[in-house]
Amino acid sequence: MKKRLDAFIWMGLGIALLLALLFSPFASTAPDGLEKVAETKGFAEKGESWKFWKHAPLPDYALPWIKNEKLSTALSGLIGTLAIFFIALGIGKLMKRTPTKKGILFIFFSSLIFFFSVSF
Amino acid sequence: MHIPDGFLSHGMNAATFVISSGACAYGVRRVNRSFGEREVPLMGVTAAFIFAAQMINFPVAGGTSGHFLGAVFSSVLLGPWASLIIMTLVLIVQCLGFADGGLTAIGSNIFNMGVIGALGGYVIFIFLYTLTQKSQKGFFIALAISSWLSVVMGASAAAIELAISGTSPLKVALPTMAGIHAIIGIGEAIITTAAVSLILKTRPDLVTSYVPPTLPSPSRGEGEGEGEGGGGKKVVNEKAT
Repeated sequence: MKKRLDAFIWMGLGIALLLALLFSPFASTAPDGLEKVAETKGFAEKGESWKFWKHAPLPDYALPWIKNEKLSTALSGLIGTLAIFFIALGIGKLMKRTPTKKGILFIFFSSLIFFFSVSF
Repeated sequence: MHIPDGFLSHGMNAATFVISSGACAYGVRRVNRSFGEREVPLMGVTAAFIFAAQMINFPVAGGTSGHFLGAVFSSVLLGPWASLIIMTLVLIVQCLGFADGGLTAIGSNIFNMGVIGALGGYVIFIFLYTLTQKSQKGFFIALAISSWLSVVMGASAAAIELAISGTSPLKVALPTMAGIHAIIGIGEAIITTAAVSLILKTRPDLVTSYVPPTLPSPSRGEGEGEGEGGGGKKVVNEKAT
């Protein structure tokens, strides 16, 4: 039973990585629902005027130092998918392990993610 | 549907942040009680799948694109509270790592896609599923409708937030946001139903919300050369009766 679950996990992760690596470079680049509404209803510039968080290591799903757009998107997707897998796994473990002190835990993981993304 | 910085007023962001973090804190408690050893890796893989699938924008009408949300998908797999935590983690990583969705608007984004999308979507799913007396057909109908609604409701919540913030009047924002997301939601319903039915075919035990039909006696062992465990049990049962 345990072994079969492992197989499922690896398969699921493999599918996610394949999606990120092979499909994301060919995703539509058209504005999404909210962006489109913001454009047509004339409040899009409100979102471009300032950004509170300027240190995103992979802004707009691209590695800034890779010129090839498709490769850049694919690799950023790969990194992101692996990162979220380990973050969710780690937080799942933390949530399961310690029944109390959940507030402290929450601060702990948010700072962990913060640190993770800064030092990427 | 990821709201960037600058669209919403600070009061709106603060209010949704309080609601979302409260919901997450309660969610952590619920997950802590219900999670066992096997759910933890499933949470990791579900979050990874949602993140990857959210990168794939599909074109919808009029030069607009949309992407998978996954709120109802993860709710049906792991329960609504785990789904809320998964959506929160995905949104935090997208915001801090990929500049997708503003950091000041993180509370609103978690509210729209986690609280409304995952928790609200799950309530509708369970309501519809119970309405159909937990039949197998009803499961998929409830899944399709609730995943479609989760996108439309999340977009409507975003429109209401935009209106309260004074960015766009409700008369304008609500119909356009709900209208576009009614189309995007069709994609959401198709992907959710396809993905869940695929998992149901391979590992039905992983879909926590699914109640297998009990009336006809388990006919799962019909296929030849299934597991030897199931076959063995069947033989024992026949001998016992």
